[in-house]
Amino acid sequence: MKFSYAFPAGLLAASILFAGCGNDNNSNNNGNHSGNEAAATAGTATNAPAAAAAAPSADFTSAIEQYRAYVIEQCDEFVKQTEAFTNAVKTGRLEDAKALYAPARMHYERIEPIAEALGDLDPNIDARENDVDPAEWRGFHKIEQALWQNSTTDGMAEVADQLLKDAQLLRAKVETVDIDESLLVTGAVELLNEVSSSKVTGEEERYSHTDLYDFVANVEGAQKIYELLKPELTKKDPSLAQTIGERFDALLAELAPFKSGDGYVSYEKLKEDEVRKLSQNLDALAEPLSNMGTILGV
Amino acid sequence: MKPKDNKEAKGAPIFDKKLSRREMLRLTGASGLGLLLGGGGVSGILAARGATGQAAPAPQASSADVIPFYGSHQAGILTPAQNFLCFAAFDLTTTKLADVQKLFQSWTEAAAALTSGSLIGSANDNPNLPPSDTGEADGLTPSKCTLTFGVGPAMFDGRFGLAAQRPSTLADLPPFAGDSLEPQWCGGDLCVQACADDMQVAFHAIRNLARIARGTAVLRWTQEGFQRTGHADPKGGTPRNLLGFKDGTGNPDATNDTEMREVVWCGSEPPPWMKGGTYMAVRRVRLRIEVWDRSTLSDQEATFGRHRQTGAPIGATDEFAKLNLDAADAEGKPVIPPDSHSALAHGDGTVKMLRRSYSFSSGMDLTTGQLDAGLLFISFQKDLVKQFVSIQKRLSKNDRLNEYMVHTGSAVFACFPGVREGGYIGETLLG
Repeated sequence: MKFSYAFPAGLLAASILFAGCGNDNNSNNNGNHSGNEAAATAGTATNAPAAAAAAPSADFTSAIEQYRAYVIEQCDEFVKQTEAFTNAVKTGRLEDAKALYAPARMHYERIEPIAEALGDLDPNIDARENDVDPAEWRGFHKIEQALWQNSTTDGMAEVADQLLKDAQLLRAKVETVDIDESLLVTGAVELLNEVSSSKVTGEEERYSHTDLYDFVANVEGAQKIYELLKPELTKKDPSLAQTIGERFDALLAELAPFKSGDGYVSYEKLKEDEVRKLSQNLDALAEPLSNMGTILGV
Repeated sequence: MKPKDNKEAKGAPIFDKKLSRREMLRLTGASGLGLLLGGGGVSGILAARGATGQAAPAPQASSADVIPFYGSHQAGILTPAQNFLCFAAFDLTTTKLADVQKLFQSWTEAAAALTSGSLIGSANDNPNLPPSDTGEADGLTPSKCTLTFGVGPAMFDGRFGLAAQRPSTLADLPPFAGDSLEPQWCGGDLCVQACADDMQVAFHAIRNLARIARGTAVLRWTQEGFQRTGHADPKGGTPRNLLGFKDGTGNPDATNDTEMREVVWCGSEPPPWMKGGTYMAVRRVRLRIEVWDRSTLSDQEATFGRHRQTGAPIGATDEFAKLNLDAADAEGKPVIPPDSHSALAHGDGTVKMLRRSYSFSSGMDLTTGQLDAGLLFISFQKDLVKQFVSIQKRLSKNDRLNEYMVHTGSAVFACFPGVREGGYIGETLLG
């Protein structure tokens, strides 16, 4: 979620401490590393050929339009399924609500960077307890706590109504969101970082343990972006494009055994070494994926 | 839902089309730093940024800070032990030999940069990419950084078609009396021993090599280690272990080529790919320091067979005096107890190995509330069985020191011969 505008002073301070040092040292050290051509990642040619910098900028119009269509499609489905979920909550159908919860969220998790770009929508929809002031806590995870920890829908009608409104607001706002190629590149990495920092640890769905739904959805959202950028990426660095494709396959293959019916097993069922292996496969994918920025013009 | 600290790049394309948010913050931050340092401020920093990509004077690293990476043997073996160690064992996740080759080629290039104090890779100034070097050693001297690479016995199972290349002495160590091995401190397909006179430099090396390995190999275990620094001990005496005793007095002379060929370096014996290489034994030894601290000085000295203050054999005054195991007191009892650590390790004096250990402190043992501290024992020898195993068998049965320690980790690695510029580490096996 996005707090950028709540903490400008903190941001600035951090940049003074870190970015400032980095710049200073970098400029001192250039002579030391220029001309060093060591590959940054095993098995991937992450460093674009020097000539490519002079090539005409790539055209991302089609990729951006297709991504916008994907976002809208996911949002439509998200609103529809959220409505079914909130209806179940409001009519006291506990088991139905539990069954509808995780699948509805997947549509949101696939396009999370977009929601994060839209002000307070992400915390309103997706904040976990402790993420926000208790008085302001609302959205999916508040209902999750009621359904799984307290085994009730009681008292959740208002939260459910608000959640549906927030979902509809998201749908309305995505029409106007300004998507560019840089958002695509950083968005794909952010989706995987989401997995690394909260899904892998089982913190996201701490009551329902449906973390694997979010995990898969984040990965699918990143994969969608990769597929859209792949033609340009293949032109610029075919080996990187191939490596990323292989690592998506490897990660999805690691996830496959945890499918159960139309969904996924409880995260509590995973053994420590299984979690570690998923995390390692995720890191193995995120590393080359973070180099997709090579297609952005300089 | 995203953690709060990860917000920098978000929203940039939406709210900030011209000057990216990231760039703006960097510049703001840079000017802040300039003001703090009372330096050139904004204009100076901006000028420096403008020079990006052009040659600028590198920090002057004195040649004493550089241990050459290329050579007929790997560095970090005979190299006098640097102040700090960061050790990592890796498991390969690939099953393709070609991926292992690529990994070692990439590691070799990175190692050449790391040991010379250069940034890794060429993508360190592209605003659209994560920097290829993680940056925390930027501007630091190489600090005598050495990187020593090896492969464990597991490399020679069925995965890579290398079974026929396995050195006959390279196998998991046999169980020793008193072992209490924990799987999380044992084994590994590959190892990297990073040593440097600066911990941040050593950590930076392992961190970046692990990053480069992503998708090919994963960390299996790591251990950091330390010794007294050169700064604290300008005379460079034998370092003391955490039991307070000098450790390494009896080491063979690493400057004596003949002795090193006898003790450390593999020669023409099979397999040919190990000529110029050596074998490493690693043992993670937890020291029961709380128990040790309750034993009397005379008990401690009898345990080691040496005086604590000087490191000299009991009854002698010079640290490097010959260990006279035949000396007896008035009652005819041996002056140096035969079951003392020195006596047993020395044996008849014909079998030696080159020890290069580091102390470690890994926080607290939550069960006991005691320090989880000890010794990451590392030795190099040309024959694991004849040298390390035979000595350790003696020690594990009778050593008085056993009361104060427990071996919790164990691994062995074949450390490749050195590499010439243009080649890559491991090419004699993988090429």
